[in-house]
Amino acid sequence: MILDLLITAALIIGGAFALIGSYGLLRLKDPFQRLHAPTKGSTLGVGAVLVASALAHFARGQGASWHEVLVTGFIFLTAPLTALYLARVHLHRAEPKPPLPSPATGSGWASRDLGLENIQPEREKE
Amino acid sequence: MRRLFPHPYLTVTLVVLWLLLVNRLALGSVVMALILGTAIPLITARWWPGTPPVARPLALISYIGLVIWDVIIANLQVARIVLFMPTARIKSAWITVPLDLTSPEAITLLAGTITMTPGTLTADIASDGKSLLIHSLHAPDPDAIRDDIKVRYEARLKRIFAE
Amino acid sequence: MIAYALTFAIGCFALALLMNLIRLATAKAPGDRILAVDTMVINVIGLIVLYGIKTASGLNFEAAILFAMTGFVSTVAFAKFLLRGNIIE
Repeated sequence: MILDLLITAALIIGGAFALIGSYGLLRLKDPFQRLHAPTKGSTLGVGAVLVASALAHFARGQGASWHEVLVTGFIFLTAPLTALYLARVHLHRAEPKPPLPSPATGSGWASRDLGLENIQPEREKE
Repeated sequence: MRRLFPHPYLTVTLVVLWLLLVNRLALGSVVMALILGTAIPLITARWWPGTPPVARPLALISYIGLVIWDVIIANLQVARIVLFMPTARIKSAWITVPLDLTSPEAITLLAGTITMTPGTLTADIASDGKSLLIHSLHAPDPDAIRDDIKVRYEARLKRIFAE
Repeated sequence: MIAYALTFAIGCFALALLMNLIRLATAKAPGDRILAVDTMVINVIGLIVLYGIKTASGLNFEAAILFAMTGFVSTVAFAKFLLRGNIIE
């Protein structure tokens, strides 16, 4: 009974967060703000659904299921990397460039100092 | 011992990963996991430059617990901003976080933590590797966020990696 | 009770996928489109897992893991192509 309640709660939380994450993607105006909603909302949404799945597996009397841990771990490991790459894409292509603060020491931010700004995609070069 | 297991953390990760993949804890799976966990680091040792300098593995586990809790809180905050705050009133800000950490592993872990927790997102690293560029979704007080990151996450990571 | 919650969650994920599709169609910058596709992948993983709960089978997890991996790799490849004009350097 308690297990049933937990599964239900996890399912509802998961669905709601997935919905909020995608709704944020539609609603927020700035491309950098839009990065926030899906990386956090959808990741926790799927995480809650995976918890529900593990509990449901247990409730059916089939013992513990560990695949959920694997999927959750993988999603939580890769979400920050995706966000970092997309932030760099936005920084690279944003017009006009957002007003970035300067780093505490040194000359500048890595992707700018590498001269990424000057590299054009191959097709555009021709 | 050192020659048989050149990368102990990689061995442990591979064993756990294999057991998770086969999804059952039988003797055969454990033996297979140990074979893979020994063979793969030995074969690929040439491409692994060094071991991550984790000094306190137990503190790492409690750190992961803290981050999972913060991820849940972060989601509630972001959900509130997304659902109820008028888009014109959301004040985003760019924040520079000066780093005391030096090892690449620790900085990577900090950057990942920042992305997953309250309304902040790592966007870039300084070319000398001594500060992180962070975008904050709603930051009325950017300095407070920077101090929070330094006290809550960086200090703990410093202890874990013994820097 | 679980059946109702399951239906609700599947509905939520379906609606989320629809929103991502609208975003994908209306976005102007390529970065936004990649983000929309990446969110779609995560939502599809959620749907696969929900289907697994519904049919009480563990077979779907291989599909979910594969989806997570290919989704991540394709997002990074896309982003890298936009950044460098090249994927494998």
